[in-house]
Amino acid sequence: MSTQKTIAETEKEIVEEFSLFDSWEDKYEYIIDLGKKLPPLDDQFKIKENRVKGCQSTVWLATDFHEGRVFFKADSDAVIVKGLISMLIRVLSGHTPEEILNDKLDFIQEIGMTTHLAQTRSNGLLSMVKQMKNFALAYKIKNGSTKEYEHGRAETKNN
Amino acid sequence: MMPSPTIKKPFDITAIREQFPVLSREVKGRSLVYFDNAATSQKPQQVIDALVNYYTTYNANIHRGIHTLAEEATAAFEETRDAVQEFIHASAREEIIFTRGTTESINLVAYTWGRQNIKSGDEIIISTMEHHSNIVPWQILCEEKGAILRVIPINDKGELLMDEYSKLLNSRTKLVSIVHASNALGTINPVRQIIEEAHSAGAVVLVDGAQSTVHLDIDVQEMDCDFFAFSAHKLYGPTGTGILYGKKRLLESMPVFLGGGEMIREVTFAKTTYNDLPYKFEAGTPNIADVIAFKTALQFIEDTGKEKIRKHEHELLEYATKQLEEIPGLRIIGSAREKVSVISFIVDNTHPQDIGILLDNRGIAVRTGHHCAEPLMQRFGIPGTIRASFAVYNTKDEVDELAIGLHKAIKMLS
Repeated sequence: MSTQKTIAETEKEIVEEFSLFDSWEDKYEYIIDLGKKLPPLDDQFKIKENRVKGCQSTVWLATDFHEGRVFFKADSDAVIVKGLISMLIRVLSGHTPEEILNDKLDFIQEIGMTTHLAQTRSNGLLSMVKQMKNFALAYKIKNGSTKEYEHGRAETKNN
Repeated sequence: MMPSPTIKKPFDITAIREQFPVLSREVKGRSLVYFDNAATSQKPQQVIDALVNYYTTYNANIHRGIHTLAEEATAAFEETRDAVQEFIHASAREEIIFTRGTTESINLVAYTWGRQNIKSGDEIIISTMEHHSNIVPWQILCEEKGAILRVIPINDKGELLMDEYSKLLNSRTKLVSIVHASNALGTINPVRQIIEEAHSAGAVVLVDGAQSTVHLDIDVQEMDCDFFAFSAHKLYGPTGTGILYGKKRLLESMPVFLGGGEMIREVTFAKTTYNDLPYKFEAGTPNIADVIAFKTALQFIEDTGKEKIRKHEHELLEYATKQLEEIPGLRIIGSAREKVSVISFIVDNTHPQDIGILLDNRGIAVRTGHHCAEPLMQRFGIPGTIRASFAVYNTKDEVDELAIGLHKAIKMLS
């Protein structure tokens, strides 16, 4: 996972990628492809504590904290949600809690995917964004007293 | 009373579609295909006009006013009660109680009749295919009273196991609360037989008619149910209005539900006496506009002809079933012999939500998920289904659009 680019740079990159698509089909095929390519979360992380339950699909979110940066891993039983998750991870993972908390995820609107964050979608994605920010906030508070605090093991296993 | 229907015209789908303004809109650049009718049906122009007309010309609070507007509004409001009585063949207008919807109707019975009659050790029977609104109120009641909830199992086609039902009935059974037509499967349950057996065991029966009333001929006297609940918005009427039918002697014996205005006869700080039926259960200012417009919706159904509507919807269901069965990997959930025009399905290796999102991008509105019937989904071992439900204004061309949309969605997801 690259931590070289800033959140804004990654978002800009995604917006540029999406500008190449002419039709909704192309856009969704790309998202579906991202969803399929996102490595499945190990079963040990698919636990109740990591579950972000939506009305229709389920999202699992595991986090880790290293040297002041938050790392996310996630999975879903629905592939389009998984593709959107993949983009959120690409944008937010590996950044500091402050950077994550300050970002407004404007790129989602720019690529025309706002409806997926709407309340009506009830797909767990909105809850997932909130959960990502909550973790960032929790790490920020804990980091105030402890230099390094590890929560999950997801990222350690892969690194 | 409802005016006698005008001369019935032959079933003209173009003329019918023209009455529903929303059908001419585009979604994502394509003509809307609305297949989410089991959630709520669209409204014909005359229903919308009735709402606007009430607010434009005679908006007033009902029943106690002595001025002209109040008299007109009261008359229109009460005309809907008569129209509903006629529509479901109730024996008296007092048996028709206006509520917010099916959910409130069921809760009204649970909170009044239920609290008065259910005691520790009593049993309430529901079925595997109930909507959460016909599960949760009874769970709350059972927990409060120490009563037991029993569940009628179903077979793989989505039909009630009637032998198992007969075995569940006993002298402790106080209530059977059963869905007439399943929102998730379309199954039409043999309510006549269910009621007869329940009555033999001395139990009272509530029928959840949320999905059936728009499709089937409802005769509560012939059915002999004790309570019947349904919502206006699934019958081309406005949201926020529902009906509870109850047999008069039961309604009279029941304690009041909500306290407030309208439901009282006399209030002193020492004691309050309650109004007669149906007002005893209609506390506060009711949903006047929507109740009034509901009469127009019932009139639309009468004018179009329920039998013609049913024939049309049945043809769509058969056509859609045939089309969908040809799609590789698609499995229809719910293949009962008697069905209303609801078709629920899943596709191998895909999540219903993904299919729903891709269909929406083609302007096709279906419902995906557990359809507020989680125990039913658990019975089939699936997280949810994709559901297409048909109404009077749907066409075979639209079913073709669905089939094409499904082929493309499956291709994109595989």
